[in-house]
Order: sequence, then structure tokens, then C-alpha cells
Amino acid sequence: MKTAVVTFPGSNCDRDMWVALRDVSGKEPVKVWHGDADLPDGLDFIALPGGFSYGDYLRSGAMAANSPIMRSVKAAADRGVPVLGVCNGFQVLTEAQLLPGALMRNAAQHFICRTVPLRVENADSLFTSAYSKGETIHIPVAHHDGNYFAADDVLDRLEGEGRVAFRYEENSNGSRRDIAGILNQRGNVLGMMPHPERAIEADHGGSDGRRLFEGVIASLVEA
Amino acid sequence: MKVRIHVSLKPGVLDPQGRAVHHALDGLGFKGVEDVRIGRLVEMEVADDTSDEALDEMCQKLLANMVIENYRIEKVG
Repeated sequence: MKTAVVTFPGSNCDRDMWVALRDVSGKEPVKVWHGDADLPDGLDFIALPGGFSYGDYLRSGAMAANSPIMRSVKAAADRGVPVLGVCNGFQVLTEAQLLPGALMRNAAQHFICRTVPLRVENADSLFTSAYSKGETIHIPVAHHDGNYFAADDVLDRLEGEGRVAFRYEENSNGSRRDIAGILNQRGNVLGMMPHPERAIEADHGGSDGRRLFEGVIASLVEA
Repeated sequence: MKVRIHVSLKPGVLDPQGRAVHHALDGLGFKGVEDVRIGRLVEMEVADDTSDEALDEMCQKLLANMVIENYRIEKVG
């Protein structure tokens, strides 16, 4: 089991992600820097953490999407390596066109930082297998640009193909169709605005996020 | 050559910033403002032989997000 967390200048949830993966997998993830051209060999899982990569210059995630390491992340995703992008990581994945759509400024213009209820829409993906379909889980959000936008035909396709992984039960950022997290067509890339890595300890505000990592690690062990 | 790239939100894409600014203009008492949309202006100094294709590629790959934005290239000279 070899996992990696990519750090961009301005990432600030990379350590939380690293701890979550270490605690669940029992092995320390590799730390990868944005300027590295290559990922370590034999990776089983790649995480793009939250934060404000490159100070959100131009658009959130736009600069990071074009950094050297992202070429390798794209190649790995194309090979089927699971890639999880949380918050800014989700923004990077859309800017890198590994996921469709875009994340715009929250509709009410405010930065939102609180724990929100999410509905699990797809419990069959390799990221969500430890959840039940229709289950409500509680995960923190902390973002200014989480307002998911895609054209209607893209949204229809996402829904038709079961690629909406999570929806907000209370839409606070204006996301179209309450979308909080989506999968790519192959199902090996998940982008989500809420932070599962901030919900892995019952003593620290809940552990609903832990099951996401447990599900991923379990499916990787089986594979 | 100086080039200005005007990046704007596509029609139909909700612009929360524009809406907030519109509201603020109303609050200041300005009458007759019907809509406000906020975009981005990128000014670049590029080699004189930079092709239109290269400028388009810059816009499509980085300067604009084609999911939500349009761009217009203005050559200032």
C-alpha cells in the first residue's frame, strides 16, 4: 500500500490528509512537492489536499493544475490510479480537466466554514463503498469557491451515470443540483468540497470522513 | 506588442460578485443600473510575431476557464 499527498505552495490541509491516510492505512504516505516532475513509482492512491494553492491567483486551482507534478497525476489517473481531490484539490482537478465543471465563488459571497450534512448518492464507488446509499453523513466544509457549476447536459450526464457521489442536504454555496462531490467516468477520480480528512476522530468533531479512507484502503487491499 | 485579454463570464452563468456590486450601486443611489457582470483584464507584452493561434491557446489553456468564461483578444499595438 503506497499512498501520496501532493503539496502545492499554499496547500494547508496536506498534513491533515497525510495523518488521515497514515492512521487508516497504517503506513506513512509519501510527501510529493508540486515542482517534482515525477511521482514515486508504484503509487496506489494520490491525494490533492485543500488550501489556497498559489494564493488562488487567476482562479482557484488554475495555477496548480498547470504545475509540473499535475502532468504525472493526470498520467496516473489515466492508468486508473485512484485520485482524491478535496476542496482546493477538487478545484485543481476541475481546472486540470480530470473532472468536468468549475467551482465558482459561493453564491452568497461568504467564506463558509462549518460542518454540514451530506447525502451519500453513490455508495458503489471505490471511495464510498463504506457508506450506504442515501445515508446522511456530517463533514466540515471550509471554502470560498465551492459553488459547483456545469452546463445542464453535463449535470444530466453526471446524474445519469451515477457520478454524483455526495450532495449537500442544505445548499449553502449555490452549487448546481446541490452537488458536493463528483466522480470521473472511470470512477477512479473523486473531487469533493467537504473535508473528510477533518472528520476522522470522534473526539475531534466526528469520524464520518474516516470511512471514506477506510473504504478506499479496503478496496485497494482487495485489488 | 501589447495585448489585452478580456475574460468575462459566459451568458447564463450566475455572477455573485456582479450581483453584490449591483446591489451596492443601488445602495449608493445610482439609478438605471440594469445588470453588472465582473470579468478580468489581462494585459500582456508579447513578441510582435506572436501568432493569433498562440494567443488563443494561452487563453484556452490558462487565462480563461472555458467551462464558465469567454475571452476576447484586443491588440493594442
